[in-house]
Amino acid sequence: MPIQSLKGVFRVLLLVAIFVAGAWSYATGVIEEFIFYLPDIQFLTMEHLWLTAISGSLAILVAIPLGILLSRPSMARWAESGMQVLNIGTTIPTLAVLALSMSLLGIGVVPAVFALFVATLLPITRNTYTGLKGVSPALKEAASGIGMSPAQRLIRVELPNALYVIFAGIRTALAINVGTVPLAFLIGAGGLGELIFTGIDLYNPLMMLAGAIPTAMLAIMVDALIASIAFLVVPRGVNPARRAAHA
Amino acid sequence: MEWIHYAVSNFDVLIARTIEHIVLVGIAVGIATLTGVPIGIAITKNEKMAKTVLYIASIIVTIPSIALFGIMIPILSIVGHGIGYVPAVIAVLLYSQLPIIRNTYTAINNVDPALREAARGIGMSQNQRLQKVEIPLAVPVIMAGVRTAVVLNIGVMAIAAYIGAGGLGTFISRGISQSDPRQLILGAIAVSLLAIIVDYALLYLQKRLTPKGMEQVPACN
Amino acid sequence: MIRLDNLTKVFDTPKGAVVAADHINMEVPTGEICILLGPSGCGKTTTLKMINRIVRPTSGKVFIDDEDTSSLDTQTLRRNIGYVIQQIGLFPNMTIEENITIVPKLLGWDKAKYKERARELMRMIALEPDAFLKRYPSELSGGQQQRIGVARALAADPPVMLMDEPFGAIDPINRAVIQDEFLKMQQELKKTIMFVSHDIDEAIKMGDRIAIFRDGHLVQYATPDTLLAAPKDSFVESFLGEDRALKRLNLINVREVVSTNFETVSPRDSLESALQTLDKCGYQHAIVMVNEERQPVGIIPRAVAQVSKGSCHDYAQKVPAVVNVNDDLRKAVSLMLAHDITWLPCVDDEGRLCGHITQRAMTHHLGARFRTQQATAELADPMAEE
Repeated sequence: MPIQSLKGVFRVLLLVAIFVAGAWSYATGVIEEFIFYLPDIQFLTMEHLWLTAISGSLAILVAIPLGILLSRPSMARWAESGMQVLNIGTTIPTLAVLALSMSLLGIGVVPAVFALFVATLLPITRNTYTGLKGVSPALKEAASGIGMSPAQRLIRVELPNALYVIFAGIRTALAINVGTVPLAFLIGAGGLGELIFTGIDLYNPLMMLAGAIPTAMLAIMVDALIASIAFLVVPRGVNPARRAAHA
Repeated sequence: MEWIHYAVSNFDVLIARTIEHIVLVGIAVGIATLTGVPIGIAITKNEKMAKTVLYIASIIVTIPSIALFGIMIPILSIVGHGIGYVPAVIAVLLYSQLPIIRNTYTAINNVDPALREAARGIGMSQNQRLQKVEIPLAVPVIMAGVRTAVVLNIGVMAIAAYIGAGGLGTFISRGISQSDPRQLILGAIAVSLLAIIVDYALLYLQKRLTPKGMEQVPACN
Repeated sequence: MIRLDNLTKVFDTPKGAVVAADHINMEVPTGEICILLGPSGCGKTTTLKMINRIVRPTSGKVFIDDEDTSSLDTQTLRRNIGYVIQQIGLFPNMTIEENITIVPKLLGWDKAKYKERARELMRMIALEPDAFLKRYPSELSGGQQQRIGVARALAADPPVMLMDEPFGAIDPINRAVIQDEFLKMQQELKKTIMFVSHDIDEAIKMGDRIAIFRDGHLVQYATPDTLLAAPKDSFVESFLGEDRALKRLNLINVREVVSTNFETVSPRDSLESALQTLDKCGYQHAIVMVNEERQPVGIIPRAVAQVSKGSCHDYAQKVPAVVNVNDDLRKAVSLMLAHDITWLPCVDDEGRLCGHITQRAMTHHLGARFRTQQATAELADPMAEE
């Protein structure tokens, strides 16, 4: 009961806050200034998304086969040390990845995409591997026992059952990716980071916000997008989210 | 290998910035633990509340750190702390909430109901149960959450060099702006090593804190 | 028919070679259930899994219907053998229908055919097709899941089935129900089945033959009755348990022991004539009274016939218990113990009297097997007497 009424109060407060903020920003002319940045925001958002799309899809295309490869019984000897390397790799801060990539490849889009690719690759590979390794041995035996070939077993049984974990990896990885894209500006790859960093340098709060708010919204939207794709793609029988929804 | 010479000749700066980095992350995550653990325990009593709190915390983590700085600086500049370590520490505080709250919450929720019943059966009060059974069992998992938070925020703190928070990120930012590969590489390697070493140190601590007889700690990343 | 010819498996472990199955020779006739029984680590599961090459044999051959399976490629072999495992192994990402139809799909059946087959199988395992086909395994109970597991193995109608402790993970009550259902299905389907179990009672109930394993060796391979009556050595004997003679009661029908040569009285008869019949036949305790349909309606105890005069109808007492000729001896014994009697009238399915069974007859029947065994042992080994 108290929570219900609290919720109502919160909602009213939120509406009042939005109204006050709106009135204040109109009165002070903030909105007009913000509109001034609109073309910049549009252009930089496209650049931003493009960086995410290219590095993210490259990473997915490489990471999933790599994870599958590591999980095969013939690779068992290398898999554990491979995972150790990946685990260490994921602890490296993305700014450091970006800096190392710049010192190797110089300035521009290529080193930025490369750094984003590496940062995105690791979590997906790791989750693909652990997801596939986590498929119960009984399921694998049942699949072999009814006469599936190794490829059929992988496609029809192992991957669908690991899919939820793989998607969790993709979601984490893309969150890292989207969070790192603004930094790509630092090594000359553009994106919404341009407005934020320039805003900080010039100590122009409005410019900072013009970059920061779309960046934050993009990140949340990409995350929600991946979550809903996972919700739809992962079969109901092995999808905890959907099982809860149906129960 | 010029960066090694640079590192040796600027060893005192390197040490100072490393300490600065550790102290800032340490203080922020320390405060975050003091707030996150009680919140995590509190929300085990109410599932709806738990969902809301975890949802908000997960959205905060999704926001890129530099965007968070960009939003916070204009707000904090009203009280005169726009640039510097204050927004950085607040950001770290916010980012640490999710792993710490989530791990506390799941750890306490996952305590075997049989144990809870046994504790009730031998006549423990609700508080005694929390103190003697649930929290001790949850400590390793909470530790895992703290570890995730620390590693994540070593990276965030590196970026915070751009808003004048100091730390090892300063090498990287100067390296980029001055086109000085020595500083660039030194910064990147130092911050990476710091993250890796701290990660292993905390893993060791986490294992030490695990009561004997319950070696398996569920990983919550 | 399944025939194992010197089937051997040697595992290379860090501690050296371990012989898990040592030159196993056996044959399961078409349409029979063979139970592989033994303590854990005796090689029964290894032997089973060598048949569909989940475990690759070190040496030896497997013949199915006289065809050497080593000439078949692994996938073809497995698609033609039904396989049920203890963990069930339903694919949680697939609906029940997809689980059941996976083998027909692999074999390239057309859609209409395998869809119809799924419904047919669901009816066979007594689950409503419309209610269950679109569900996921996680939405079913353990017993229902294992029924689906059996249906999946039967989907492509394979002549041979391998079952690895299929009912081991199910609670005792449901297990008994599923066992009964399975036996009923097997009466129609007549599959050739190899079945691993560690439960002696399950083996006696389900098996046409039982193979006892120990340390990778096949110790004894016989019908359940022979096994219980004549265990080959002390290991088999102790494995079967000290009450093994009691377990045989499950295996013998009342029909085999019933004596049809006996007299009755009708309600119109006088007690005098009843007493005469009692004396003539040498019945110690009582005689059964039947109606015109030959259904037992009462008994005349000897004591009553001796002291009273009148018609049987007036002095008849209630029949304490009857046993159906198709019941097993276990039930007959149980009724005798419950009612403190030494004989029981036996009836057919229509309730007509068709004989009686006595404790003496039962012990004699059971003992006959032990006596013949002893006799053969003495003949084979004449020195034993001296």
